[in-house]
Amino acid sequence: MSPQPQASVGAPLSRVDGRLKVTGGADYAADHHPEGVVHAVIVDSGIGRGRISGIDTGAAEAQPGVIRVITHRNAPTLPYRDNAGSNNPAGGRRLRVFQDDQILFHGQPVAVAVATTLEAAQHAASLVKVVYDAQPPSTDLSDPDVPTNTPTTYARGDAQAALDSAAVRMEMTYRLARNHHNPMEPHATVARWDGDRLTVWDKTQWVIGGTQTELAAVFGIPLESVRVISPFVGGAFGSGLRTWPHTTIAALAARETRRPVKLVLSRRQQYFGTGFRPACEYQLSLGSDRSGRVSAMVHDMRTETSTYEPFGERGILPLGQVLYDTPNVSQTYRTARLDVNTPVAMRGPGFATAAYAIESAMDELSYELGIDPIELRVRNEPEADPSNGNAFSTRRLRECYTTGAREFGWDRRDPKPRATRDGDWLIGTGVATGVYHTLRNPAQARVRLDADGSALVESATSDMGPGTYTSMTQVAADALGLPMRRVTFRLGDSLMPNAPLHGGSLTMASVGSAVLNGADQLRQQAIRLAVEDERSPLYGADAGTVVVRNGRLHVPDNPSRGETYQQLLARNDRAGLEVLGTYTPVQNRFTIEAYAAVFAEVAVDARLGLVRVRRMLGVYDAGRIISPKLAESQAIGGMVGGIGQALLEHTVTDHRDGRIVNANLADYLVPVNADIIDLKAIYLQGEDMDADPLGVKGLGEVVLVGVAPAIANAVFHATGHRVRELPITADALL
Amino acid sequence: MHPFSYTKVSTTREALNAGRSGGRYIAGGTTLVDLMRETVERPDTLVDISGLPLRGITVTGRGGLRIGALVRMAEAAADSKVRTTFPVISQALELSASAQLRNMATIGGNIMQRTRCAYFRDVTAACNKREPGSGCAALKGVNRTHAILGTSGDCVATHPSDAAVAFAALEARVHVLGSDGRERSIGFADFLLRPGSTPHREQAIHRGELITAVEIPVHPRPLVSGYLKVRDRQSYEFALTSAAVALHVRGGVIREARVAAGGVGTVPWKLSAVERHLIGERPSEALWTAAAARAADGARPLEHNRFKVDLLKRTVERQLRIVGGSR
Repeated sequence: MSPQPQASVGAPLSRVDGRLKVTGGADYAADHHPEGVVHAVIVDSGIGRGRISGIDTGAAEAQPGVIRVITHRNAPTLPYRDNAGSNNPAGGRRLRVFQDDQILFHGQPVAVAVATTLEAAQHAASLVKVVYDAQPPSTDLSDPDVPTNTPTTYARGDAQAALDSAAVRMEMTYRLARNHHNPMEPHATVARWDGDRLTVWDKTQWVIGGTQTELAAVFGIPLESVRVISPFVGGAFGSGLRTWPHTTIAALAARETRRPVKLVLSRRQQYFGTGFRPACEYQLSLGSDRSGRVSAMVHDMRTETSTYEPFGERGILPLGQVLYDTPNVSQTYRTARLDVNTPVAMRGPGFATAAYAIESAMDELSYELGIDPIELRVRNEPEADPSNGNAFSTRRLRECYTTGAREFGWDRRDPKPRATRDGDWLIGTGVATGVYHTLRNPAQARVRLDADGSALVESATSDMGPGTYTSMTQVAADALGLPMRRVTFRLGDSLMPNAPLHGGSLTMASVGSAVLNGADQLRQQAIRLAVEDERSPLYGADAGTVVVRNGRLHVPDNPSRGETYQQLLARNDRAGLEVLGTYTPVQNRFTIEAYAAVFAEVAVDARLGLVRVRRMLGVYDAGRIISPKLAESQAIGGMVGGIGQALLEHTVTDHRDGRIVNANLADYLVPVNADIIDLKAIYLQGEDMDADPLGVKGLGEVVLVGVAPAIANAVFHATGHRVRELPITADALL
Repeated sequence: MHPFSYTKVSTTREALNAGRSGGRYIAGGTTLVDLMRETVERPDTLVDISGLPLRGITVTGRGGLRIGALVRMAEAAADSKVRTTFPVISQALELSASAQLRNMATIGGNIMQRTRCAYFRDVTAACNKREPGSGCAALKGVNRTHAILGTSGDCVATHPSDAAVAFAALEARVHVLGSDGRERSIGFADFLLRPGSTPHREQAIHRGELITAVEIPVHPRPLVSGYLKVRDRQSYEFALTSAAVALHVRGGVIREARVAAGGVGTVPWKLSAVERHLIGERPSEALWTAAAARAADGARPLEHNRFKVDLLKRTVERQLRIVGGSR
């Protein structure tokens, strides 16, 4: 098979759906209005733990337009079959809506009002009177008496002994606040039953494995009876990786009222109606010699989970095992059972949390030893994966740092803390490493070529913002030898071929490889058809030499010898060609990860406690870049998210009753334009063919990992004051 | 949102009639509608006054400035008379809210806006301001953003407006029309009420009274002024602390000083002790520091807002230096 010219992949193209999005033509979940749709509004628990002792829906039901108020008293029993394989945490019992009188967290749904208009439903919801037997909830991770689940542990060497004998020993505790994803688009579900078949239009990052399987399990109906449609997702960052209670409630309300039901969570409800990045306490002890060789690291981590599901950050352990060539490592990771709703993965899950602690600690060590922070990292850079001896497929972290240091002007830095001033501002710079493992899951994509020479590619994946529509079109266009405009990529429908969760930076590697496989197969089918067709100018040509360019099949050394897809299909009386592309990850003996070197310059007004990120640079080893413009957007978005995590984002709970007090976008602070000054991303050119057929390593997560510690380290350099808690706010700096 | 009726009026007479029979005035709606959505506010009748002729900004006979109640925040901020005479007002406005909100919200509504206290805005929490007698959840709750000055055992919520801090500093007067059609004016220091034991009473106006204008009295020229707002993010956030400063310096001596602070008080906090410390003195770094040291006099911090005591002093000190110069 001769290689196809790459015209679209690698080109800085704009989003194929950009126009639709900016003109309001993209239909998000709540934009769907099936005939006869009515509105549902959830009533949330006003206590943090206890039981419902009384519930009065009379006033609500008496309101004009109100169809039904559903509570645990009149809701049908739902089967809630197990759904292993989805993102429901194993070993838990998921929240079962309206199945009993128990309150497990503040904000838990206790009723839903269904009415003909949204306003009537909202009003009715506010009129539902609930009486509780309340108990004091436990929501504070820092409470040492909170019960924890069985810890996850890891050990190599003898970390404690190595620590005890180390020339330099440091022991730090870092704390990270709870963060919420806060996508622009609220979570929403529109549900409709046709007999015993359910259709939902839903905001989801996992159409089949997440939402379709869960609804089938909850309602105890065959998978084929559920159709999930999710063509556009207005940001999610992980919040769409599970099927939350409101989706079940929408479907339940639709079944009970025999009407299509639309349910949109309010901004406030998203702070307890969906998951979050759990708060974390991270104790880290490290031992080093005077030359900066780290001999021991002891990690002790605790994160929040609910009382009913043990959610653990799977990504919190790997970084401490593979980032540095440390012979003695021990890790203990506990999840604390609190009266909160269950967390979920959020951009850079686990890795971002661990990177803040580890990369802050390395920075602290660099000052302790008087070694440049980059040099210290290089001295501990492993040649092979220290956790299992595997070779790295590609690991160009050193090069990320070399390039970054040059572009950022690192060598102009005065290493002394609190040494650089600009008027009232103290200036500091810091670095940190970002890592995220390259995940790949099985995926399928259907590729169809029509008689008019256009192609349609479909896979039940999602596009929460990275530009899946565009990047998949690019891959398919080049593999089919078509211009972008002749290729349409569709996603977000459970009737389409199966795709894995759209998260963990695995979509390009997984779905992209399936698209590539399908498009390659289809092109070869067409080529075979031509070279075996006596009437084709390509008859008898070596199929392995034929390429397709701009929809025309030809041999490279004689471009005039060829024909178009249209000619080929018309002459053969074919309506089109269709292929199911597949991708199955190949297990190999490599450790495969994407890397980032993150540089930050901050200005700190220490008198007023203000921090401004003046500029940031990320240099990434993420394998092949399919779509440079989208990759740039990903990196900028990751840095903005990291700035939020470092300086602003903090979900605040009132531990007296478990209430989230800043459940809105005025009080839960995310960066605004004025906070974002100068962000720059550089991707190292290259590909990683041991990772997947496209040579990509994933970049949606790694671009956030390392941002917060780079900023925190810059704040220390600016002020000489080490803040070991995120977000870093005025209170800590004064 | 509770059901309500809506009526739009075109004369102040109609407005006053509607107000007298219990209607709530709505102009830009940026606070009221928000709070109605949370069912914190449950008016039965909304009287839309946005069509009333209260939109001018005029220089008064004596050289002060009269800003109509329905002037949008963005308009007031951009007005050349405001910008040249009282930059502290335009700066306070421009540092408020977001561009979209400033395009909708009016000056009259701005000084009427209600607190951002999370417990006030959450109808399931105890709040004496929202529901007299129900208690104050903020007192021993999450109170990082709450007031350290002017608080009571019943309420510790801050007044959220930036513009009101500038108005307080400049000793503005609020003009209101009573339901009998008579105009009266209220000094800004008396217009906004400290909570005491009646935190639900926030302004010294009666039901149905209509704000027509905010008047800035004449101040000696030249008057240098400006507003500093300290907050976690650069835009679209309420103040942790803020300072409005106006100084009249003649012959190298401060003859008049007008200083108020925001983000720290249950009402915009006039810093009379700071002002007194400045009068008759020559500007200097030492003076700014010494004067600002009085900024938090009487402060009673809560569990999470102790940092505001120092931050307030530093904010005032910095703004004195910015306005008064460093020499």
